[in-house]
Amino acid sequence: MSALPSARYTFGGDEHIFVEIAEEMSLPAFFKGMAITGELQRRRVPGVTEVCPANASYLVRFDPDVIAPDQMMGVLRGIEGGVGGAGLELQTRIVEIPVLYNDPWTHETLMRFRDRHQDPNSTDLEYAARVNGHPSVDAFVQAHSSAPWFVSMVGFVAGLPFLFQMVERPKQIEVPKYLRPRTDTPKLTIGHGGCFSCIYSVRGAGGYQMFGITPAPIFDPEQKLPYLKDMMVFFRPGDIVKWKPVTREEYDRDVAAVEAGTFDLRIRPVSFSLQQFLDDPAAYNATLLKQLYH
Amino acid sequence: MNIEVIKPGLATTVQDLGRPGYYHLGIPLSGALDQYALRLGNLLVGNDEGAAALECTLMAPELLFRGNTVFAVTGAQLDIKLNGTLVNSHASHAARAGDRLSFGFMKSGARAYVAVAGGIDVPIVLGSRSTYGLGAFGGFQGRKLSAGDLLPVGKAGSKAREGRAASAELRVASPKELELRVLPGLYYHRLEASAVESFFSDTWAVAPDADRIGYRYKNGRPLKFIDRKQPFGAGSDPSNIVDAGYPYGSIQVPSGTEPIILHRDAVSGGGYAMIGTVISADMDRIAQMQPGNKARFVAVDMTAALAARAQYRARINKLRTELSG
Repeated sequence: MSALPSARYTFGGDEHIFVEIAEEMSLPAFFKGMAITGELQRRRVPGVTEVCPANASYLVRFDPDVIAPDQMMGVLRGIEGGVGGAGLELQTRIVEIPVLYNDPWTHETLMRFRDRHQDPNSTDLEYAARVNGHPSVDAFVQAHSSAPWFVSMVGFVAGLPFLFQMVERPKQIEVPKYLRPRTDTPKLTIGHGGCFSCIYSVRGAGGYQMFGITPAPIFDPEQKLPYLKDMMVFFRPGDIVKWKPVTREEYDRDVAAVEAGTFDLRIRPVSFSLQQFLDDPAAYNATLLKQLYH
Repeated sequence: MNIEVIKPGLATTVQDLGRPGYYHLGIPLSGALDQYALRLGNLLVGNDEGAAALECTLMAPELLFRGNTVFAVTGAQLDIKLNGTLVNSHASHAARAGDRLSFGFMKSGARAYVAVAGGIDVPIVLGSRSTYGLGAFGGFQGRKLSAGDLLPVGKAGSKAREGRAASAELRVASPKELELRVLPGLYYHRLEASAVESFFSDTWAVAPDADRIGYRYKNGRPLKFIDRKQPFGAGSDPSNIVDAGYPYGSIQVPSGTEPIILHRDAVSGGGYAMIGTVISADMDRIAQMQPGNKARFVAVDMTAALAARAQYRARINKLRTELSG
């Protein structure tokens, strides 16, 4: 993590401090933000009301009547000075998310909004495969679903995870967002914009390219499924996700299980070491997947 | 005791002081956009300041009381009629079972609050009764009100009584033209000097798409961001950043055209550079802006922001003293 410059600190009005770890996205930048916000949570500083880690930055909301703004910023700078290097480990969980790629619902939606797309004559998947140098949609799906992804931020709307793939930068999938945002996106669409994938937790507007859909609810105020009993939002920053391509039959079976209230996710606890990952991403990812399927 | 919704109005929701603590999961504060008006309404009817009330937007609802109660209406300026007879705003009134509450259009201001003794007694979700529309939870069935809804009302407190009124200086003001104080920061350094100059010197008007998520402003000159080779992951437009958390009150300018101020139902993050943040003391004033109302942005420093915050607190303390009897 020594390669990262010092973070940039700035006030967001009298109630927020915004800290930009780095201008560009990287796993070390995300990790540093996780380490600082994790330590801030542990300290339970009076006056801190929200701690929001994001991709390469974080946001803190505080009550300036309890802790003065300069003092609050001093606490954060102090934590930055104390967080360790890449030797840092994150106790987290790895989750398998089934995906029906190239599904009929996102296909129907993307066809309705071709006039807002860079390439009206191909689908979002065909376009993404081409601009990332993959010979076919199948090869692209393979690249999207083989290496796992970090949940690097949860937000925009309730429970929506942003995901960053755990591969070297040259292998990162990059796709521009739609030229103009769509006014509709099916709920549980797997989207991708810039270097981030996401899962749309609710139906609504969106600008990310649409690759597929998952049968697994990730946000439910009624908390009907076992993995949503603790909290209506499933994902937390730091979760690791493995996409599992499924067939239409498997998808339909999962949807029926969701409706019956019997659907569950494969979730395993893992410890993630940034240094070990950076030393050999492919080998380290293999050990993570071994723990998922153990 | 409950209240029947005869006509729902344009966007009437149940709101209290809000739901802090879940922004890192994309669940925003929610709560009354004009927090002062909510506190005032509750104090007038003898409630705790944070009881849930109805937030009415631009076009207020028509309501039928199905029990005896005490109510008050605060916020925007509009005619308030109890069974067709005008009653004062910013004052508490008795209502009997079968009484109808109806409203004229909002002459100024954009949000009126209907507080009822005992508060609107919808279930508490994640610590609050506030409606969060995008997430479809909280408030009354997670949505704005519809005709026919029956709103449960809690048990009135011992302090509930009619005839309480706020003095003129403590009522909610809703000027059609105002100055909003902004602390520059966040990605302010990404703006060209000409954009900094025009942002603070132009007069902006509230655009039609101004709601609880954010207020969009138009009529100012476009704001140019400094050209650069975009950082990895940031997206191609110069106004793009690597997706980050958005402070409440922060001002983003997608594609450099129309600034948007995020309010209490904010999207919690995204990829547009924010150029500063409206200070906490001025957030309630945004809530009372109608489409077409004009604003100028004024740059202030942290000292001024904290002084304004202290004044805001002092005004609430004054309310508490004046209405405690």
